[in-house]
Amino acid sequence: MSSTEKHEIASHELPATPLDPETQAARDEKIQVAMIGLCGCWGCTLSFLDMDENLLRLLEKVTITRSSLTDVKRIPHRCAIGFVEGGVANDENIETLEHFRENCDILISVGACAVWGGVPAMRNVVPLEECFEEAYLDVPTTEPDSEPRIPYHPDLPKITTKVYPCHEVVKMDYFIPGCPPDGEAIFKVLDDLVNGREVELPTSINRYD
Amino acid sequence: MSIRITIDGHEVIAQHGDRLVDVAADNGVYIPTLCYQRGKPCLGTCRACSVRVNGNVMAACTVPVSDGMEVEVNEPEVADMRKALVELLFAEGNHNCPSCEKSGRCELQAVGYEVGMMVSRFPYRFPVRERETAPEKLWLERDRCIFCQRCVEFVRDKETGRKIFSIDHRGTHASIEVDVALANKMPDEQVREAAELCPVGCIIEKGLGYNDPIGRRKFEIKSIRERALKRKHK
Ligand code: SF4
Ligand code: SF4
Ligand code: SF4
Repeated sequence: MSSTEKHEIASHELPATPLDPETQAARDEKIQVAMIGLCGCWGCTLSFLDMDENLLRLLEKVTITRSSLTDVKRIPHRCAIGFVEGGVANDENIETLEHFRENCDILISVGACAVWGGVPAMRNVVPLEECFEEAYLDVPTTEPDSEPRIPYHPDLPKITTKVYPCHEVVKMDYFIPGCPPDGEAIFKVLDDLVNGREVELPTSINRYD
Repeated sequence: MSIRITIDGHEVIAQHGDRLVDVAADNGVYIPTLCYQRGKPCLGTCRACSVRVNGNVMAACTVPVSDGMEVEVNEPEVADMRKALVELLFAEGNHNCPSCEKSGRCELQAVGYEVGMMVSRFPYRFPVRERETAPEKLWLERDRCIFCQRCVEFVRDKETGRKIFSIDHRGTHASIEVDVALANKMPDEQVREAAELCPVGCIIEKGLGYNDPIGRRKFEIKSIRERALKRKHK
């Protein structure tokens, strides 16, 4: 993306106190897990948090970098398992997803938005121009004196014509449907992967809503 | 006449001419269906019950059993074929379950769970289909129609016996239509039955929806598999 040329600094590039070497070494040995959010509502990310105390059982084996549990903005190094919330709706989503794909061994679509587009994909049956008009020009909540206009700035992500499922942009390895899926379903998949079992989401916890 | 057939290698005794899908259910083998309803004439439109009979793929609701038949239901390749058919239906319409009135009561959704669908292997098409809201008591959310023809065949004007629903055009242009004058004559009871009959959330009764809380909806109380297996007619 062009923004790096504009002297922007991402949070992970800021100076930080290093962890003590022992803790760092212990963490480095574990399975690295991360989760990013694209065009979604953060509901699935909350479900990731809903793994609750189940996660404690796995902490011997895994460490969680970028996710709703931490405030890491960019995965600091290669990850074994990456979860993705949300579909692809702008050029920044594409860049984020491609970077994630390059740096994760296994990628998992979490939730309806990532799996097929979900709620944001409801705009796929309406031309983009009409969406913009509705959102910015004909919108009843604009300031009375302002001139309604469609925002444009090089720093703003460019909206894609349609909303795409993640697997239409990069290869995705597994899918967890639901809006959002329960923490239980996310945990099941993570637990299977960490323990080297074949990933299986039983009918009882698979759902689309 | 009693006959013997095998289902996935297990011998089963049945009556000559019984429908394969029913025989399987009576013997504890679930075959998903979307258009077929036990006790009603077979439509054979959805093909979700496809199985292999003596080596050929057939819709189990259309097959009368005969002696010596060898049936494969859960053989991986044919099971995956059924799954693909269900995935096609999801890719072909717009199925946003979280916002659908039928969610939890929807046969397509329930069958999706049974075949283990996580995602459609086919590209989602996002077709543009206008909804039909003209009738007074019901409306058609065409995004969700799977063209099973249940409403076309089984919902008729009480007085004249005329069809109330029909399918216009073919292929990607196919569209479920309703005769508004006849629909407005439908008693409330019949409207409810039609909405219930539709396996998806296409025929919706106006003023009704999201009545049962999540966790207490039809297929959450008892799955579609359990319902199909338990309904023994004898
Ligand atoms: S799938 Fe549902 S809960 Fe998850 S991000 Fe999309 S809208 Fe939110
Ligand atoms: S009709 Fe069924 S599958 Fe389609 S959106 Fe509604 S609940 Fe989901
Ligand atoms: S409206 Fe419902 S019952 Fe009628 S053809 Fe479509 S899916 Fe089948």
